[in-house]
Amino acid sequence: MIQTENLSKKFNDFLAVDQVNLDVKSGEVLALLGPNGAGKTTTLRMLTSVLRPTNGWARVAGFDVVTQAAQVRASVGILTEQHNLYGRMTADEYLDFFGQVYRMETTTRRKRTNELLEQYGLAGERMRRIGEYSKGMRQKLALARALFHNPPVLLMDEPTSAMDPESARLVRDAIHGLRSANRAIIICTHNLPEAEELADKIAIIHQGRIIISGEVKELKTRLLGAPQFELHLGSSTDGFNHALPDIVTLTGQGPDWLRYQTDDPIYSNPLVIQSFVKNNIPVVGLSEVPRSLEKVYLQAINTIEDNAQHQEWVEQSRSGGENQHAG
Amino acid sequence: MLDNIRSALIITRRELRDQLRDWRIVFPIIALTLFFPFLANFTTRQILGFVQKYGANLLADRFIPFLLMIVGFFPISISLVIALESFSGETERRSIEPLLSSPLTDGQLYLGKLLASLLTPLIASYLGMTVYLIGIYRTTSWRAEPMFLVLIIMLTAVQALVMVSGAVIISSQTTSVRAANLLASFIIIPVALLIQVESLMMLWADYRVIWWVVLAQVILAGLLVRMGITHLNREELLGHELDTLNLRWMWRVFRVQFKGDAHSIWDWYRREIPRTLRRMLIPIGWMTLLLIAGTYLGAIQVKDLGVSPGMFGLDRLRTINTQILAQFRQYGFFSTSNVLTIWWHNLRAVSIAVVLGTFTLGVAGALILVLPMVIIGFFTGAASLTGFNTLTVLAAFTLPHGILEIPAIILSGAAILHVGATLVTPYQRQSIGEGLMSSIADWVKITLALVIPLFLGAAFLEVFISPQLLVRLLGGG
Repeated sequence: MIQTENLSKKFNDFLAVDQVNLDVKSGEVLALLGPNGAGKTTTLRMLTSVLRPTNGWARVAGFDVVTQAAQVRASVGILTEQHNLYGRMTADEYLDFFGQVYRMETTTRRKRTNELLEQYGLAGERMRRIGEYSKGMRQKLALARALFHNPPVLLMDEPTSAMDPESARLVRDAIHGLRSANRAIIICTHNLPEAEELADKIAIIHQGRIIISGEVKELKTRLLGAPQFELHLGSSTDGFNHALPDIVTLTGQGPDWLRYQTDDPIYSNPLVIQSFVKNNIPVVGLSEVPRSLEKVYLQAINTIEDNAQHQEWVEQSRSGGENQHAG
Repeated sequence: MLDNIRSALIITRRELRDQLRDWRIVFPIIALTLFFPFLANFTTRQILGFVQKYGANLLADRFIPFLLMIVGFFPISISLVIALESFSGETERRSIEPLLSSPLTDGQLYLGKLLASLLTPLIASYLGMTVYLIGIYRTTSWRAEPMFLVLIIMLTAVQALVMVSGAVIISSQTTSVRAANLLASFIIIPVALLIQVESLMMLWADYRVIWWVVLAQVILAGLLVRMGITHLNREELLGHELDTLNLRWMWRVFRVQFKGDAHSIWDWYRREIPRTLRRMLIPIGWMTLLLIAGTYLGAIQVKDLGVSPGMFGLDRLRTINTQILAQFRQYGFFSTSNVLTIWWHNLRAVSIAVVLGTFTLGVAGALILVLPMVIIGFFTGAASLTGFNTLTVLAAFTLPHGILEIPAIILSGAAILHVGATLVTPYQRQSIGEGLMSSIADWVKITLALVIPLFLGAAFLEVFISPQLLVRLLGGG
């Protein structure tokens, strides 16, 4: 549904997006993560045919973003990061206006307005001017606008950034629902737990380049190594290390717990428990050590920055050597 | 077409609703619609009473239509404020992105904003004029001629259209209202000058000239609308680098276009200048046509104005002989300093043309350069009344310096038209700034490489050779 190949965007001398490759199918959610200024918004703007790529190509809902811009725009619902709405309009008027822009019939517009305002808890406020709305209410209305014409593709920049926890839950549930309704969704967010909850795939963008992408589980293994498990014992761990089979690696130890790492937990974990039970050591519990997406993200960013620093250092020492040689 | 208008009207309706909910727009419009016509009415009555005391009834008759034009103009001046805010205001408030991400085309967006900026002030203007006319009729029984009413209605509408179409362009090329307001002087100054000319014509009661002004503004509005649609760029509306003056970038674009692939001055003359001339073939054609038309227009004015053979003392051309060369010498001919004077005079004329062209997409700049040919045409026509052969007189007035000067005028006017045409022509993958810088580079190139040297050569011929040829052709010497 969303495909890009070597998608790039240059503003004068500044390369904002550099050879981005994405593939998001119907019913999939991709979280595009990255620091501020990494190129997330520019990528979204290219996918809505607002910005023209300087290199590469992108197809959205089967349409080319350059040659079929109108069709692309009609197929996309976008929630922008800064979404100031028309303050002198009411929610009803606002949604109806965008319904007209997307050439929807009057009856469909009325029906959709009622549905969405009801869904996002704005039905009671529909006749108030948007200028009087709170930040969260505006965010919900902006989201309702993005969904109004039932687009097959949704691009959302910080969808829950200004919302209270209850509203954010509402929106996250809505995104789950949209995924079930076979929409292809890209969300840009700094809220990593939210990304982890919503996304099937993650792509981390840094200085315009996708530095790593894949499914959340796969990325965790790639960046943080094999999963770790914590075994809680009914007695002190002193002298019990020998009970741990060789197929796992001990990574930590406390007064009554052991932590180990394994590539194949389905095979290893039963063996570990079996071994302790055989040695008459009571096992109270076994759980996977939680590894957040935040760790994955920071690991990815740090690795790329370390590499960049290393590269810079190598280049500096090379040019220093050359200068010395020349001198 | 209908579909485009229907989609544009969606934007227009929303904007109109927004405007009518904004007291900052509604209040001045009501004041200008109701209060100002009453004030104009009162002023008219006072002036009528005063001038009639001294029997200056003509002045009274001229004053009523003049104030009608002014009453109509004040509300449309508000359209400028609305139009300047149309895109830049939304960009600044960051409400524009959903609109830019919608399936509306650039033309529909531009047209929607244009109509929205135009309608409220224009309706207010017509209401104000109605209030004024009713008041005047009740107090003085003055009634406007139907054709005059049509003229005023048209004049008000096209004036508003010119201002709004220009202002929407400015608004769509800036990312802040402040920047748009600063650039508005490009509209305010020429419109203020135009209003002064129109006022003079109103007081002079030369309504034929005002019809020409209406026609000229219709053409200008057409060009501006085309330019607005051509250069509405979603990408630039979301960019933030537009309002900053990037001198380095400007210089780079200019230099690339100016230098081209040339490696030396000779190479530049040999390859780049012909390449630039090829790019300017259409404006060169237009300029040539304009010069021919200007000469012809000047010549036929002799008949229209009823010029008689002795009117300008042109029959004295018959008495020209070699002794006149001494008089030429007294006027500074046959001296190098006069070469520089004439050269400088011509360059100054080109500079004025550039300034005028800046405000009129090149049109007025090109027209001002045609003026000398209109004058030559006129004098040639007048001289032919004294029995001279028209071509002989034309040759005497224009040769041999015209061989260099006329091409210089054509090239100079064409380069100015080329800059104007760049603004109204779509350039793929080139922003309005890049297009403008490139065309300015072309203008500088042509001016430095051809216009200035040609004018210098022409000035030399005019000072040293032309008087002698004039005597030879007309004096038979």
